[in-house]
Amino acid sequence: MNLFRNNTYLYTTAFLFFVGLSLVVVILPALYNQKNNAPLPGTEPLREDALAGKHVFIANGCVACHSQQVRNVAMDNVWGPRPNVAADYAHNTRMHWWMNTATLMGTERTGPDLTNIGTRLPSVDWHLLHLYNPRAVVEESIMPAYPWMFKVTTHVEEGDKVVNVPTEFLRGQEGTVVATREALQLVAYLQSLQQAPLPDGTVTPAFLYKSQAPAATAQTTTTDAAPAEAVVDGAAIYAANCQACHQATGTGLKGAFPPLKGSAIVQNDNPEVLIDIILQGYNAREEYGEMPAIGTINHLKPEEITAIINHERTSWGNSAREVSVAEVKDIIAMLESKKNNP
Amino acid sequence: MRPARTLLTYILLLTIPALPLAGYAQPVAEQSAPLLAQPGILITLVLILIPLLAAFIFMIWQVRRTLLRLQWQKQPTTQADQLEYLEGEAINAARLQRKPTLVYQLSGRELAGANTPDDSRGIIQQASNEHVIPFVAEKKKAQSRPAVDPKLTRLILWYLGSATCWLVIGTTVGEYLGIKFVSPDADTVPWLSFGRLRPVHTNAVFWGWSTLAMLGLGYYVVPKVSNTAIASIRQGWQTLILVNAAVALGSLCLMNGINNAGGEYREYVWPVMALFGLGLIITLINFLRTVARRTTTEIYISNWYILSAIIFVLVITVIAYWPTWQNGLGETIVQGYYMHQGVGMWFMLFNLGLVYYFLPQQLNKPIYSYSLGILAFWAQILFYTLIGTHHFVFSSIPWWLQTVAIVGSMGMLIPVIAGTTNFFMTLKGGWNKIASSYTLPFYVTGIIFYFTGSLQGTAEAFRFTNLLWHFTDFTVAHSHLTMYGIIAFLLWASIYALVPRLTGHEPPQWLVGAHFWLAFLGMMFYTIPLMIGGTLRGLMWMEGKPFIESVVLMAPYWLWRAIGGSLMWLSHLLFAYNFYRMVVGVRAAHPAATPVREALA
Repeated sequence: MNLFRNNTYLYTTAFLFFVGLSLVVVILPALYNQKNNAPLPGTEPLREDALAGKHVFIANGCVACHSQQVRNVAMDNVWGPRPNVAADYAHNTRMHWWMNTATLMGTERTGPDLTNIGTRLPSVDWHLLHLYNPRAVVEESIMPAYPWMFKVTTHVEEGDKVVNVPTEFLRGQEGTVVATREALQLVAYLQSLQQAPLPDGTVTPAFLYKSQAPAATAQTTTTDAAPAEAVVDGAAIYAANCQACHQATGTGLKGAFPPLKGSAIVQNDNPEVLIDIILQGYNAREEYGEMPAIGTINHLKPEEITAIINHERTSWGNSAREVSVAEVKDIIAMLESKKNNP
Repeated sequence: MRPARTLLTYILLLTIPALPLAGYAQPVAEQSAPLLAQPGILITLVLILIPLLAAFIFMIWQVRRTLLRLQWQKQPTTQADQLEYLEGEAINAARLQRKPTLVYQLSGRELAGANTPDDSRGIIQQASNEHVIPFVAEKKKAQSRPAVDPKLTRLILWYLGSATCWLVIGTTVGEYLGIKFVSPDADTVPWLSFGRLRPVHTNAVFWGWSTLAMLGLGYYVVPKVSNTAIASIRQGWQTLILVNAAVALGSLCLMNGINNAGGEYREYVWPVMALFGLGLIITLINFLRTVARRTTTEIYISNWYILSAIIFVLVITVIAYWPTWQNGLGETIVQGYYMHQGVGMWFMLFNLGLVYYFLPQQLNKPIYSYSLGILAFWAQILFYTLIGTHHFVFSSIPWWLQTVAIVGSMGMLIPVIAGTTNFFMTLKGGWNKIASSYTLPFYVTGIIFYFTGSLQGTAEAFRFTNLLWHFTDFTVAHSHLTMYGIIAFLLWASIYALVPRLTGHEPPQWLVGAHFWLAFLGMMFYTIPLMIGGTLRGLMWMEGKPFIESVVLMAPYWLWRAIGGSLMWLSHLLFAYNFYRMVVGVRAAHPAATPVREALA
């Protein structure tokens, strides 16, 4: 056979065979896919500070542990209300001549997926403390700490973002921890990561392998697929929405997030203020971080809010009466009307 | 009748190691009934069991042999034993007969006779009459080969030396990363942060260690099987400098936060990778010129694989890095293609070429089938090229592309089985040589993992197994079983086979053995816990448990990974020392005076 003896034939054949196959499975599909893709209506490219934050995210190799893709399988429902579609990535283009497009889909989930982190964890203060040292908010976390994105100073200047760090994580340093611009940009990027709703009339792609993960749908608070008769587990919804800051023990973190254990607001016979804070957020106390409007951001339903507050009112030694869904619905309606007609 | 019964006994015995596994699998099966009915899972379990079963059969065989020997020893065979069965006069007669045997001694000259020893053909290598009990088995030394051009030797040694440096550097980083899973607050230096160091580790062992070692060995094999001299030694040096520069610069960039925006093994930015590509172009031209002026009619199969591998890695580097075309989601399609072709079309293909030369050479017999090698060559190109997208199953890239990747992964059965059959049939009849060689154990390990590791990859590509294992540490275990179990072991085998022939210096054999066992056991301690932990973690995610619980679950498995990693790292230090000894040698200690040595002196 000629191929055995003629080096030109042999290597040219191998080269053309490989390039031909590559053309079919890579080059053409890649070109076709990025040409036939457009951002979802209503979404915008990253703002300046979020874009700068994306650079920080890339430079520190966060993609090594954090994916950004909600696959169309039921187990991924915890990371976002719907599977990602190609359009979700349409805003990602090259940021520099020397750098590739950063879709940052990732191949490892050593840490949680970040597709919808802006919705799941909206608190800036939580993110800053978590970046300063993840173990300050999540004891079991193995994420690296990023203390070099903060400075410890005795002179807090006007406009500085102060981070309330519990003393045991200051490693003996004296002073106040202040976030650098880098840290604030990174948090701005994380906050920008939100799954946009599909335009009206679009069929939402289904989650596959549903039978494999029956618990996954019940766990998520953001999905609207939860059957009405399902038992709403207050502890699980608390874990998904509140625990990051207020902790599983309800004690919060000294100097960062207020305790719910023994709290007068939580145990008040009238749950009006408590429900208002869950829906609208709260920032009246200097010594603690700002509470985001978690109920509104995560679209919590009255049943879920009832489950959360009953969990809070009866756990950790708290002993207030349980409230009913009807009562919560009334209060929500009352707060709505108050907001609309002040 | 008897062989049949023995066979049955063995088969029954073989099921024993599977029992604890089955027991472990039960509670899992309750939660998710079809798990053990999933083909991907079953295939993986069988693949993991294959090396264990092989070891178990070997053990049974050894025990049986020992038992038979003991039985045989019980029978009265010596004269002293027979005395017990004699009576009366017969005892005295026997005693008298035995007396001279008690005082008889060898003179030490029975074989040599009265002549002085003489070794006119230079055959005797290990003359000794010392009776020391060896702690490790003595292995054969390297046969001397026709002289190699000293300039080429120097070039090859520099390639292998810098590869060894990158191995030590890259795995020191890897070891530190493994420790960070157990102790995340080990340091707070930005340059040593996990996300920045991880690609430093992977890229240094890919482009530094494996690539440079492969090229160095290629500079020996390509001209050797063409039966001619290398076209240009000077170009060899240019490639060496360029590739080393790319890895050094790339590592510094990564630690400084300059990277290519995600995508495994594509973290170096393109200006850095351009150096790498330029280096490979130079060597490709050099090798093509060498093959063109070969003095053999045919192109030996090694050169099919080696030169094609260089052509293909250049193609994938250009496709992946060309800075003006991908701008959007195309990046992810290219990423799947790039990372898998890098492994399959560069490291695997090149190493297969090396094995097609070194394995027959070490066994001193031809390769079993030339045709199988060619079948595997074309099948590898056809199927491997298709499978890149299996890293993004269920993601937002087209469904048909994912299906093509899964089908291609199935097609990989053909080249893998063809290659493995070829190597094992070549080994057939030569198994007894393994015990007396310090390179063959590395080859056999590499070939076994070529089979199990590659097929594990096929099983992992199925949609269900993706559900279970994707995003977990199972994939990390898989990449170590393959890049380490296959590539690194085959490279060590070839380095131990080649360097003593170039320099005339042998590595200390017991340290080669220590290197082998530390690397092998370390890899087992590294991968098996990660596979178990990865599976449990995947199940936990499928059940919808809170994420942090799966982090807590992994803690002991990550600890085992750090322990296994430490053993692997230690073995690399031993390898580096062995390499040093092979290059520099050791000032000969005064050999004990023996009759043969005296005569030879």
